Formats: sequence, C-alpha cells, structure tokens
Amino acid sequence: MSGTAITSKTNEEVIYLRPSRGWIHLNLQDLWRYREVIYFLSLRDVIVRYKQTVLGAGWAILQPLINMIVLTIIFGRFANMPTEGIPRPIYTFTALLPWGLFAKALSDAGRSMLANRSMITKIYFPRLIIPLASVMGGMVDFLIQFAILIMMMLYYRYSPNLAVLTLPLFLVLALATALGFGLWLSALNVLYRDVNYILPFLTQLWLLVTPVAYSSRVVPPQWQWLYALNPMVGVVEGFRWAMLDAPPPDVQTLAISTLITLIVLVSGMYYFRRMERTFADLV
Amino acid sequence: MSEGIAIRVEDLGKRYRIGVQNTRYRTLRDTLVSAVKSPFLALTNRRFTPANTIWALDGVTFEVKKGEVLGVIGRNGAGKSTLLKILSRVTEPTKGYAEIHGRVGSLLEVGTGFHPELTGRENIALNGAILGMKRAEIDRKFDEIVEFSGVEKFIDTPVKWYSSGMYLRLAFAVAAHMEPEILVVDEVLAVGDAEFQRKCLGKMSDVAGQGRTVLFVSHNMSAIMRLTRETIVLEKGKMVLRAPTAQAVDYYLSSGYAQSGEHRWQPDEIPADSAPFIPLALRVRNSQNQIVDTVRSIEPVTIEIEYRLLSPITGLRVGIYLLSTQGEQIFASFDTDNPEEYEKFSSRPAGHYLSRCTIPADWLNEGRYIIGVNASAFRVRRYFQDENALSFTVDASGAPGMQWGELRLGPIRPRLNWQIEQESLTPLGEERVGSR
Repeated sequence: MSGTAITSKTNEEVIYLRPSRGWIHLNLQDLWRYREVIYFLSLRDVIVRYKQTVLGAGWAILQPLINMIVLTIIFGRFANMPTEGIPRPIYTFTALLPWGLFAKALSDAGRSMLANRSMITKIYFPRLIIPLASVMGGMVDFLIQFAILIMMMLYYRYSPNLAVLTLPLFLVLALATALGFGLWLSALNVLYRDVNYILPFLTQLWLLVTPVAYSSRVVPPQWQWLYALNPMVGVVEGFRWAMLDAPPPDVQTLAISTLITLIVLVSGMYYFRRMERTFADLV
Repeated sequence: MSEGIAIRVEDLGKRYRIGVQNTRYRTLRDTLVSAVKSPFLALTNRRFTPANTIWALDGVTFEVKKGEVLGVIGRNGAGKSTLLKILSRVTEPTKGYAEIHGRVGSLLEVGTGFHPELTGRENIALNGAILGMKRAEIDRKFDEIVEFSGVEKFIDTPVKWYSSGMYLRLAFAVAAHMEPEILVVDEVLAVGDAEFQRKCLGKMSDVAGQGRTVLFVSHNMSAIMRLTRETIVLEKGKMVLRAPTAQAVDYYLSSGYAQSGEHRWQPDEIPADSAPFIPLALRVRNSQNQIVDTVRSIEPVTIEIEYRLLSPITGLRVGIYLLSTQGEQIFASFDTDNPEEYEKFSSRPAGHYLSRCTIPADWLNEGRYIIGVNASAFRVRRYFQDENALSFTVDASGAPGMQWGELRLGPIRPRLNWQIEQESLTPLGEERVGSR
C-alpha cells in the first residue's frame, strides 16, 4: 500500500492547470495512457446493447439481413440496378457490412457526449475517448456479420484472391471516416442539440449517395469526382473488390476519399479538443 | 524546485454565465438568430458580459503541503465544488493557475460510469479504469474492493438489482482503493447509512495517516474538526480565511450574514438541480411574531421556511436541522413528521408555501444555534440542502437556574418538574407524628 507513495516520489507527475488559449495540441499521450478506458467503454456498449433483448446478438445478424432483403427487392425487382454479374443478395450484403459499421459508429459517436454526460461532469479523462469508444463498439457486430458473409461466400462459391489482404485498409478508412465526422457531430451536439435530429436524416441521405444497393458505375463519368467526395464510396467499392472480385475502385476516387477523411479527422480532433474545455460546463 | 508541495493554487478563478446554462441549452436557431441580429458579436465570440456572468471562484490562492489534510468550508454557492472541479480537471479555470503534484483521486461523485446493466465485477473494472487505475492494479485490489464493499454474494449480479446502499458501498469501495497521492472528497459523508459513513471516515483517516494529501469539502463541521488541522473558508467565490480548523469553523458559523433573524436565498446560492424546489427564505420569529435574531429561552420560537414549487412534488418533506456552533446536531425535524400531515401532503401541487414549526418554551439553553434546511423525498431525491442557513441566539434570562449565574452545559435547558420530598426517617415499627 505504501509502495505507491514511494514510487510517486521518484517519478512524480506534475499537472499544470491554466486557462487554455487559442489552438491546443491534441495530447495523444494522455489518450494512450487511458487506452484501457476505451476498451472498457466499448465493452460496456457491447454488453449493454443486447441485454434484456430476446434475440440478443441475433440482432447484429438480423439487421443487415433484413436490410439486404429490402434493398435486393427494391433495387433488383423494381429499379433493376446493375450488379456487375454478382448475385444481388451477396453484392448488397458485402456493402452493407462496412456501411452498417459506419452508420452505427457515426450516430453513436454523435450522441456519445450527451449519453455520457454524467461522467464528463464528474471526472477527468481525455474526452476524445468517448467518441472513440463509441466507434470501436460497433466492431463486435461487424465481426459477427463478417462470419455471415463468409457463409454466404461459401454458398455462392466465392473464394477471395490476394485482394482480400487490402480489406483492413478499407475497414480503417470506414472507421476513420466515422470517427472524423463523429467528432465534429459529438462536439457540436454539446452546443446544439439539433444534431440529435439531424443524425437520422444524415445517415439516411448518406446511404443513398453510397453505392450500397447499386454500382458506382451508374454515376456519369463527369460526376465521378463529386461522388468521390463521399469517402464511403471508396470503402464500399473496396470491400466488394476485396471479397467478391468486383472491379477495383478507381485509384483517383480512393485518393480523394482518403484525403477527405484525413481532413475531416484531423480538423475534427482539433475542433473537439478546442471545445473540450467547455464540455463539462455545457453538456 | 517546489519540494513538499502537493497543490499550489494562484489567483484561480472560474467564470460562469448565469441563467443561460441553467435554463436551456443553446440551439442552432439561437445562434443563427443572434448572428443575424448582431453579426459581429456572434463572430467575435464575445459572449461574456459582466451583467450575465458570475465568478463562481475568484482569485483564490493557497498551498497544500504533502501529507496535509485541508478542510474547505463555505455556504452553498461559495465555490467549493467549483474549486474541486478545477483541481480534478473536470473543468478549466477562467483565470489563474494551479499546479498539482501527483495523481488526483476524486470522490466528487462515487460510482461515475457505473452502468446498471453491468455486474458488480464488470463495473469495478470499468469504474477502476475510468478512475485511472491500471488493469493489473485493479486485479490486485479486486478482492480487497469486494470485501470492503460487502457485496461478495452479488458480485456477478447486475447492479440494477442492488439496493441503493449496496450500490453506494461498491462504488465507494472502488474509489477508496485507487490510492491517489491527492484525494479530494466532497460531501461523500452526506450519503449512506451511519455504519457506512463510519467506514468512509475510517478510510479517509487511513489515507491521511499514510501521509497522503487530502482536500476535504464538507458541511459536516464535526467531521471537518475531527479530520483536518487547517481549514479554508470560501465566501462568494473568494477565500476569506485560512486558519486552524477550530478557528475557521467558528468564523464560518458565526460570520455576519445571520444577524437579522432571516435568510433570503440569493439565486447563486440555489443549485440548478434543486428545481422544482425553490427556497425563498428562512425566518426565526419570537412569540410576538417578530423576526428576530435573539429569542428568549422561556418563550416559544417559531421557525418558518418559505419556498416555491415550480411543479408538483410527491413525497416532499421540508425540514430543519438544529446544530450547535460546535457543529453537533441537536435534532432534525420535518414538516410531515406527523402522520396526518404526511397523509395530507403526500403530494404537493405547484405553488407558494410556508412550512412553520415551533420550538416550545423552556427548551433551548443559552447560546448560538445554527439552522440547516433540507428538502427531500425520502430515498428518492434530495432537492435542496443548506446546513448553515441561519443562526440565532437564545437568551436565558428567566430560564430555570439563572439565579446562580453559572454556565449550564448542553444544548437544552428544560424546565423540569422537580418535586422535593423529605422522607421521614422512621425507625422500624415506630410511629412518629408531626414530622412534616
């Protein structure tokens, strides 16, 4: 017990508190020191999410499956959008995986600061942890769904080639995009509760401009650059390429997507840090 | 360079906007509207004007040495909680500077991050991590934490099935085992049963005994006197005194504001979360119904609390504590103590109220007394509490025993019904007549 007192004398940490002005640094070291909190908060979200539900984790499977069926019927039977020769159910499901992860991470992160306000007003920890943990919390659902995708691939007799190795890159791109926008939205949500109402529309509209139920090739070439501003285009195309051997995503599109994500992520972190000083007073 | 210093605070201040943050959050529309009305104001972010801001803490300077246990006292809204919030890094100071040597453990609110759906075991891990413990540290102390909390049997049960006492014990156990170099404690002792409070105080003196620094904020004067040597007194955000605890407590309890026999609560003394209960005034009246600072022991004293309810409250009880200037509690009494009142006012509609009680004549001893006010719904919520709302003096002239002019100890001076009988010493079997 007295051990802590002794060690603390040798490598004592000193914290200086003063009003912060202008731009502040991101303080990522502190984030690293508190990494276990990210883990525990994500774990909490996962455990809590399906407690007291009848189907439990079954919802993680049912949600994308139902979406797949709906989108397959609407875009197949009625709109008859092209799928590059890939069976429509698996074509849609493969895209729904990163999309579902992204949409959930975005709306969870956007609401995270308000959902955890009791912690924010009572105790110190790097606030970035909260949206970060919300984004990571979707990973368990994603892994469950990924297992379903592998079963569907066996059924449709798809075997992945070397392109599958690039999958983690697209996964990271999806998470980074969700985090970047999530940071902006969560910080704005502390100031303006309007964000709560904007979030559902935002994800709905975003789904329409992402090639989940259709191929990005239906977008005319002269508009492709504009389309590429949506980072999820590159992610979804990349997933289909990596898993289903669909045509590879355009390199230029990917470059634009990555750039946009980086800009939003870095600016989001700075904006979040800048707002952080007032969170406890406003939330 | 600063050997032996645990906390150094210099000219520390925190400014809040009043009104806005308590009533309503800002909406996008508000900002757009104000941007249209006064575009430059919105752009320059000049939201702070003297009229709508308040310095919750203003120019506070002090030092705490390593191993020192410092008490912090002050009325509601004096800035105690703001000070602790800044020192535990929950919020940033608006001005000034603070330096903290070592890990700060905050007992500002125990159970932070507890989730009702998680089991006791899961909550210990999560709460420990949030409090800054490493996983190895949590694993090492796990058994100790569980034992301290006394919830061994239910450790794998979701905490939503816990009684409020068990919940609190577990939460406190985690916080108490984080072994910070600096511990800040705020009002923990106000919660839990007597047994648990004893445990908490024990843990606190343990911590202090191990040479760690403690900053102890409380309204409980006897606890402050027992645990601290030195105490600072805050008044309206400013530090007015730092002195040996007995002196500080005496100053605090007898400081000038209470000479009038009436205390009207100012908006900055009412915490935002007390709504819908809004305290208005507390008065001491003598038998002629005058508002007075000094009452006579031989006359009844009326104490009245005036308050407003913004919306109906079920199970509300409004009451008083009476304390001596040494901080010992003499009694507590609530306006629904009588079964009839309890039935009649099981729910109180919104409106303006007066709760009034009378302390009978020949009851209080001479001296000065403190009235504290509490408005709560038992086991549901505490709406408002002010342990030091008003003080008054009792004058003993005419009270029993005054002919001797000696100091009678104790807070009460009852006029007891004495009978003196002289027993006749009668030898067995003999009858003596006329002895009376």
